[in-house]
Amino acid sequence: MSEQGLVLEFPLQGANFESAGEASSKIKRVLQQIGVRADIIRRVAIGSYEAEMNVIIHAYRGVIKAAIYPDRTEIAVEDEGPGIADIQLAMREGYSTAPDYIREMGFGAGMGLPNMTRCSDEFDIQSTVGVGTNIRMIFQHS
Amino acid sequence: MTVADIIKALPLTVIAAAGELSKPVEGGYVSDLLSNVMGFAKANSVWITMQGHQNVVAVASLANLSAVIIAGGASPEADAVKKAEAEGVVLLATDLPAFEVAGQLYGLGVRGL
Ligand SMILES: Nc1ncnc2c1ncn2[C@@H]1O[C@H](COP(=O)(O)OP(=O)(O)OP(=O)(O)O)[C@@H](O)[C@H]1O
Ligand SMILES: [Mg+2]
Repeated sequence: MSEQGLVLEFPLQGANFESAGEASSKIKRVLQQIGVRADIIRRVAIGSYEAEMNVIIHAYRGVIKAAIYPDRTEIAVEDEGPGIADIQLAMREGYSTAPDYIREMGFGAGMGLPNMTRCSDEFDIQSTVGVGTNIRMIFQHS
Repeated sequence: MTVADIIKALPLTVIAAAGELSKPVEGGYVSDLLSNVMGFAKANSVWITMQGHQNVVAVASLANLSAVIIAGGASPEADAVKKAEAEGVVLLATDLPAFEVAGQLYGLGVRGL
């Protein structure tokens, strides 16, 4: 038996800073309409924004999916991009390969991946160099 | 304390979302690094920064911050103002440097911990 869930899906385009964060904002709005607790919504918004921005900053294109169930929200972000050669290194706070023009906008603290692990209940990252990166996060609603 | 109380006490110009000044202020945070704010600023904080582009608005909105103070005479970009207006994110600007803004807020009782 398949679970009742609401699925939202948004395409992401690398280097498109104009609409950066819009997918996460839309996911946040739906969670608010459903009546999920505000502190949980905030954690989902932070995790989803960091994953969304990583596609825009580091990859070519991708898709962000939110699956909202009564007891949890799952965020999956899949991209086509350069991938990550050393995931352990990338996960380290302060590690960033963001170029200068990106840093000038305030990105590149090397905090995105650590934030994702911190704010989610489950975090998984898979990456293949030259192919892309997949991130999955689960947020329990209570 | 609310955003309106802060505006009364400090020389801040309201740039966007003038209708949202009743938002509560429960803390403060200073950083120009967006992920640092995402990770460490608490909900309902005022955020002091010199960044004036629209990604600041996205961060403030997603992290439930009560206002963004763009300090040091930096000017917010036009699309940031537009986005802040649309999303109800209070944007404030001041010529005071960030250190001075933080100090004056601290004097009002706003804390960073
Ligand atoms: N989707 C991705 N595709 C390719 N590389 C990535 C991707 N996500 C992260 N990385 C690599 O991992 C590094 C660390 O990512 P992380 O999100 O922690 O920091 P950042 O994006 O560089 O800066 P910040 O998120 O603080 O603005 C990146 O600099 C990049 O080298
Ligand atoms: Mg990042």
